[in-house]
Amino acid sequence: MENMLSVSDLHVSFRARGGEVQAVRGVSFEVKPGEAVAIVGESGSGKSVTAQSIMRLLASPPSYVKQGSIEFMGRDLLRLSDKEMESVRGKDIGMIFQDPMTSLNPTMTIGRQITEGLIKHQGLSRSAAKARAVELLSLVGIPNPEARYSQYPHSFSGGMRQRAMIAIALSCNPALLIADEPTTALDVTIQAQILNLMKDLQKRLGTSIILITHDLGVVSEVCDRVIVMYAGQVVETGTKEEIFRSPQHPYTRGLIRSMPHLDQPKHEKLIPIPGSPPDMLQPPAGCAFCSRCEHAMEVCLNNDPELLKVGESGQQAKCWLHHPLAKEVQQA
Amino acid sequence: MARYFIGKFVSLLFSLFILATVTFFLMKAIPGDPFTAEKAVPPEILAKLNAFYGLDKPIWQQYITYLQNLLNFDLGMSMRSQYQTVSGIIADSFIYSLQLGLIAVVVSVIIGVALGLLAALYYRKWIDTAAMIVAVLGVSVPSFVVAAFIQEWIGNKLDLLNPAGLNGPADFIMPVIALSALPVAFIARLTRSSMLEVLTADFVKTAKSKGLRQQVIIIRHALRNGIMPVVTYLGPMTANVVTGSVIVEQIFGIPGLGPQFVTSVSNRDYTLIMGITLFYAVILMIARLLTDIAYAFIDPRIELTNRKEAA
Repeated sequence: MENMLSVSDLHVSFRARGGEVQAVRGVSFEVKPGEAVAIVGESGSGKSVTAQSIMRLLASPPSYVKQGSIEFMGRDLLRLSDKEMESVRGKDIGMIFQDPMTSLNPTMTIGRQITEGLIKHQGLSRSAAKARAVELLSLVGIPNPEARYSQYPHSFSGGMRQRAMIAIALSCNPALLIADEPTTALDVTIQAQILNLMKDLQKRLGTSIILITHDLGVVSEVCDRVIVMYAGQVVETGTKEEIFRSPQHPYTRGLIRSMPHLDQPKHEKLIPIPGSPPDMLQPPAGCAFCSRCEHAMEVCLNNDPELLKVGESGQQAKCWLHHPLAKEVQQA
Repeated sequence: MARYFIGKFVSLLFSLFILATVTFFLMKAIPGDPFTAEKAVPPEILAKLNAFYGLDKPIWQQYITYLQNLLNFDLGMSMRSQYQTVSGIIADSFIYSLQLGLIAVVVSVIIGVALGLLAALYYRKWIDTAAMIVAVLGVSVPSFVVAAFIQEWIGNKLDLLNPAGLNGPADFIMPVIALSALPVAFIARLTRSSMLEVLTADFVKTAKSKGLRQQVIIIRHALRNGIMPVVTYLGPMTANVVTGSVIVEQIFGIPGLGPQFVTSVSNRDYTLIMGITLFYAVILMIARLLTDIAYAFIDPRIELTNRKEAA
């Protein structure tokens, strides 16, 4: 299948007081139509910056794209004019943000916030837009949508607000939905509801999803494919099964080991990854994970590995261990 | 809602009562009386005057009488201007202060918000710097300097406008500039800081992700949320400007309420002092009430209630 989105060699930096913070350093990945892809990584790994670069939402300055391209449905988004970009945002790509408590405008009715995009992108009349908005509200599972339409965000609970955000993001039937940590700010029970809703809508509408998260549990719920990011780079990609069953990068392995399981014996301790991520003002010359890696070798210190193919399927890991010359290492 | 307004009204009456009491006794504590003049008045006439205005009675009795008259909306006769009622004097001079003040308020809000908005949008660019220099000047240069300066230059040296008086629309220009300088600067700073905060808010990013135009995002989404501090300031500021600036009105020779108030104090014109003080209080409280209503209008989270707990 043709790729709908392909990000290649994306570099995004921020100008800061101390110099240049290299938030994203050469990220490449593809999304196929109807596919759900997760981008996983800890805070500061560049996953949100990547997502916001696709939508060109980052303020510039201080941020700027150093190189790379973002091909979306045959066009390079980074080369579009501001005006052309406006017609992509909200229409072809919808976005959901992390904190539903702050991402809705407190002084505008929920209905108005949904119809805004409809009126702009689909040229609907006010009444047609209202009918569509009410339909969307019931689609995302908000009871009594007629009455809810004219309420303000403060009368909505956190979960309801996130549902409303989903309704806004999906209002113009976008081909791609970017969800930037959509469940991080929600209760666990609400998290499951929102994820189920997203999964359900994806099936029904055939929307592709990019899900940004640091929660591996969320990944296993929704996504087909996983991209693991560390220090502004993709360190491993593969299908959900591959990543969970046989993680190939030491960082991914560390992530999975540090996650609690239900079937874990009570006294078994979680194993955290020691150390902290590198300073992105001066990223290391070699592998960025080197200083925290239990398998670090001499080559890792000064040579940055490529994404290397692992096995026959599409799984790839950015680690010297998978280089043909590397000797077999006992896997932990 | 009705309960809210009744509550506000009751608190207005109570505040007025306190204010009337305190002012009444403070005023009596000032040495001298309305009839003290350079030229000594014969004692017989003085006694007659005192009897006419009830000043010969014990002070508590004067106080009770004053409150009784007040309940009948009677502010009494001026003690220095013959045959003139206090309400008449206030009405005659307030009309000038009101006109001038309202124009100044509108001008301040438009220019102040525009300057603040530009500064926020071009944060740390030269427009921001220029706007903030204007703002600092407006805050720190006193209005009498501004007034005297423009009067001298625009009125005298360049002879573009009449240096004083209020006889035509053009005569409003200079007093309005002098009155607006401070509010413009203040509003510009308030708008700038609040807009800088709002422009980085998540919901502005949401609006952008919907593909809205920059202008729409700023006007429809950001400004409405960023304008609140300006609304807060607008209440007391309006009351202040509308009731007349002593200095500006004096300099431009405008027969407004400001100079009246000052003269009334130096004349010990008891009834006029009381009248203007109470009038000022009423205007201030009305302005505050309007601010509250404006709040509820702008921000749907604010409800007009008397209850202590948040809705």
